[in-house]
Amino acid sequence: MARWRQQVLILYLSNSCLDSRVVSWAVYDGTGREAHMPGDSDQPPYETGLAALKDGWRLLQLSQLLPASAGQEFVVSYQRYECVFEKLEDTDARQV
Amino acid sequence: MLDKSNLLDTRQIATFIARGVLRFDGLMDDAFNQAFLEGYAAGRTESNPAGTPLSRCFPGGGPARELLGMPRVLGIIQSLVGPDPRFDHQAYHVREGSDERSQHLHQDATIDPRRQHFDIQLMYFPQAVTPEMGGTRYVPGTHLRIVSETSVARYQNMRGQVHVVCPAGTVIVVHHGIWHGAGCNRSGKRRVMYKVRLNPVVRQCRLWNTDDLDARALTPRVAHNPKDRDETDVQNILCSSEPWFEDDTRRIEWVNRIQLWRVMVGNPTADAHYWATRLENQP
Repeated sequence: MARWRQQVLILYLSNSCLDSRVVSWAVYDGTGREAHMPGDSDQPPYETGLAALKDGWRLLQLSQLLPASAGQEFVVSYQRYECVFEKLEDTDARQV
Repeated sequence: MLDKSNLLDTRQIATFIARGVLRFDGLMDDAFNQAFLEGYAAGRTESNPAGTPLSRCFPGGGPARELLGMPRVLGIIQSLVGPDPRFDHQAYHVREGSDERSQHLHQDATIDPRRQHFDIQLMYFPQAVTPEMGGTRYVPGTHLRIVSETSVARYQNMRGQVHVVCPAGTVIVVHHGIWHGAGCNRSGKRRVMYKVRLNPVVRQCRLWNTDDLDARALTPRVAHNPKDRDETDVQNILCSSEPWFEDDTRRIEWVNRIQLWRVMVGNPTADAHYWATRLENQP
C-alpha cells in the first residue's frame, strides 16, 4: 500500500487575491495523525493564502470569479473565495 | 397586556437585523432553572402540533409553557414575531458529556429564500455552560445567506464564531437562518438546552418598543464619516461587519439588512449610510 497520504487545507479568503486575509478554514489530515472537527479552532492556521504557500502547501484550486446573474446581484450565499491546498506526507518517514 | 418595558428597543432590533442573534445572559433565576430541569426530567414536555398558536400549545402546562409565558421572554418574542405566534417545533437538545465529535455547521430546516420575514428560534440554557460542555456554536451575521442546511458544513471554522459559554438561565434568540452546530461535550456532565421555533402570523413591523425610534435612525447620511463611530447608533449597527465577511460581500450584507430594516420600520426609504438610496437613483 502506498505510503503517501494527502493532507488537505481549505482556506476562504476575504477577496480574490491569494494574499488576502483568511476568514474561514478547514483541515483534513489523511495521515490520521490529526483529527479536526467543526469548531475546533478560533484562529486560522495561516493569516493569508500566500502564507500557506510559503509553508509548503500546494495550491490545487481557486474558486472562479463569476458575475452575478441578473436579478441575483444582492444574493449572498456561500463563501466566495475558496482555495484548496494539499501536502503529501510520507507516512513511513516518521515511523521509527 | 404586556408592559412595554418588557419589549426590545430599537437598538436591539437593529442588532438582531445585523447579527441575527440577541443574547440575554442569566435571564431566568436559579429557582426557575431548577424547576425547568425537574419538569423536563419528569417528562412534562408534550406540546400540541406544529401550527398551533403559542398560547394554546401547552394545555397541560409544563416547563416550556412556564418559560414562554414569562413577561421578559414574551417581550422578546412579541418584539420579533408579534403576539401569539405560531408554534413550529420544540426540542430538548441533550448532550451526555462523552462526545467524540462536534456537529457540522448547518442552517436549520431547508433552503429558505425569505428575506423580509423570518422565524425565530429561542434557545434556553437552564444550566451554566462551561467551555468543556461544548455549548452551541453559532456564527453571527450568517442569517441572510441563502444556503441549504448542511451544505455549509465544509466551513469547519470561521472567524468570529461563538461558542456558547454562559450562566444558567441564559436565553439566546436567533433568526431562523443563523448558521450553528452543537459543540463537543466532553465534560462528563449532561447538558440540556431547550429550543423552540416560532413563526409570525402578523407583519413584522414596529412590534418592539419604538419610543427610541427617531429621525436619526431613519434618515440617510454619509457613509464615510470618521467622526461617526458611535456603536450604539442604529445606522452604524446596521452597517457593522463580522470578522468572516468577504471585503465585497459585507456591503451586500448591509444592503440586505437595510431592506429588512425598511420592512420592520414600515418605511420604504429608510436607509443606513446611503447604501440603498444610491442604488435606487435612476433619474
